[in-house]
Amino acid sequence: MNTQSNRNLVVGAFRRQRYNLADVALVAAAILTLIFGEYYLALAAMVVIMAIFALSLDLAQGYGGVESLGHAAFFGVGAYAAALYALHVSSEPISGLLVGAIAAGLAGLLSGFAVLRTQGLTQLMLTLAVASLLYELANVAKSVTNGDDGLTGYDVDPVLGLFQFDIFGFTGFVYACVVLLLVYALLKKLVNASIGQTAQGIRENQTRMRMLGVPVERRLWLLYTISAAIAGIAGALSAQINRIVGLDSLAFTLSANVLVMLALGGPGRLYGAIFGAILFVLLSDRAAAIDPTNWLAVLGVVLILIVRYAPDGLAGLVSRTVGKRSAK
Amino acid sequence: MPNALSTFFILTIDGVSYGMMLFLISVGLTITLGVMRVVNLTHSAFAMIGGFIALWLMQTTGMHFFAALPLSVVATMAISLAMERTLYQWVYKSNPLGQLLMTIGMTFVITALVKNLAGPQIQTITLPPSLIGQLSFGDMSISTYRLFVLGTSVAVAAALWLCLEYTTFGARLRAAVDNPRMARCVGINVALVFSVTFAIGCGLAALGGAVGTQMLPLEPYYGLKYLVLVLIVVAVGGLGSLKGSLYSALLLGFIDTMGRYYIPALGGFIIYLAVLAILLVRPRGLVGRAG
Repeated sequence: MNTQSNRNLVVGAFRRQRYNLADVALVAAAILTLIFGEYYLALAAMVVIMAIFALSLDLAQGYGGVESLGHAAFFGVGAYAAALYALHVSSEPISGLLVGAIAAGLAGLLSGFAVLRTQGLTQLMLTLAVASLLYELANVAKSVTNGDDGLTGYDVDPVLGLFQFDIFGFTGFVYACVVLLLVYALLKKLVNASIGQTAQGIRENQTRMRMLGVPVERRLWLLYTISAAIAGIAGALSAQINRIVGLDSLAFTLSANVLVMLALGGPGRLYGAIFGAILFVLLSDRAAAIDPTNWLAVLGVVLILIVRYAPDGLAGLVSRTVGKRSAK
Repeated sequence: MPNALSTFFILTIDGVSYGMMLFLISVGLTITLGVMRVVNLTHSAFAMIGGFIALWLMQTTGMHFFAALPLSVVATMAISLAMERTLYQWVYKSNPLGQLLMTIGMTFVITALVKNLAGPQIQTITLPPSLIGQLSFGDMSISTYRLFVLGTSVAVAAALWLCLEYTTFGARLRAAVDNPRMARCVGINVALVFSVTFAIGCGLAALGGAVGTQMLPLEPYYGLKYLVLVLIVVAVGGLGSLKGSLYSALLLGFIDTMGRYYIPALGGFIIYLAVLAILLVRPRGLVGRAG
């Protein structure tokens, strides 16, 4: 009897937060990686970092409908902020993450002012312009950013003063996983709270939401800022775990890649972003090792096919086929 | 002795010829983006295709530069027309994000193909002797090549304008743009008009790509590397406005050239600063339309 009510308690909490089987599968995957993937922990950490980054884009784009062709701007700002903080202020990692989040959040707040006044194509161009601007700024301000060479040679203290970063990447991976878990839980709460719900309403029909009395601009601005801050966290994590920050963290390629990850996984459902990131990073790592040129061609073909045959990404494809089967 | 004034004058010529080349490359995108409402991130890859075809013709057949140019334009138009009739038919049905991803996918495929065919190195087209050297005007000397680029682009821009304003095709295109449904009702084959326009836009990009290799050298990643540049020219000009594209290409080419000469420490940063400033004041671009 007692175990039964305990079980109900767990299931109840699970339902209340709207977690589902996909979430369980992801946690299981992380644990399995830890047990069996000891040689691939650095790669696995990269997967987790990109998952956080893709989640941040999902919040802005999948939920808010804000189109971004320059999301790497926030990843890069977070990465540079964390690296500069580690170099000049303190090598404590948690505060470094916060610094990255705040810096990127500020960048989102400021650029959001310009970006969110527009829509559609102009919005895409503006996000692109912001990212290009920051890229060139980092390229030009060599005394601060080291230009092409990037920032290296900074230390990162043990996490919470307890867990030293090791050469196998064990600490790095677990650290990134914990951050991903926290970010994921936060986003899950956020998208199911009123701000997330209104954001989806804004995405579907801005005029209607405005008529209903929703402060559309302010909501989107807040959403965009949060999204930027989370991208900054991903960047800061990357800076701390990889011990190097270069111009590529601000590059157009990264913005395009994260878009691809989200499209692969499926926007507007959080776990889609994570699946997309896993798939993209693992595949491109393997393929780049074998033949980088032809991998680019394969990636291109995959993208074309995804847009043509699975516009909601793989998650959408799965839920559509599962839905069809259960409907029968 | 070049004094400050003649330096400024030479820089102006450089900036304007750079801007006119940008106009050639980006004007086709103005049409696809603003008129056909397709986010075509493959556009700058067409400039690269044109450049590489010209290069290939000159290297393998020993063809003259001036013969290779029109041939590469025609070849690129044929390729773009084939793609428009097949792949882009899928893109039209998708939303902006889907178009963006699909066309970036096409760029990836083209990049990989070019890298396999032409190798990864950076290349420029060797200019014919008639375009090498300087023309002297008093105490100033201006590069013949720059003047050639300038002349070609101005001629093309003028032809484009005349074609749009004074030919039946131009009238059809303008009608199809302003009101596609009405245009269809009066018997205009809108799809065909768009296809032809798309091919012409890609042909212009090819010309710009082939002519401009001294300024934007050819390489497999060309399509991605200069995509941002092409996109901002269109965005600053105002989507769908040919006049806007011309103004913005000239302005950005001028600002970039001047910035790099007078404030070298800031390098490529100035152009983006200008873009952001312009778009903040005029989110719809210099000659932006509503909607």
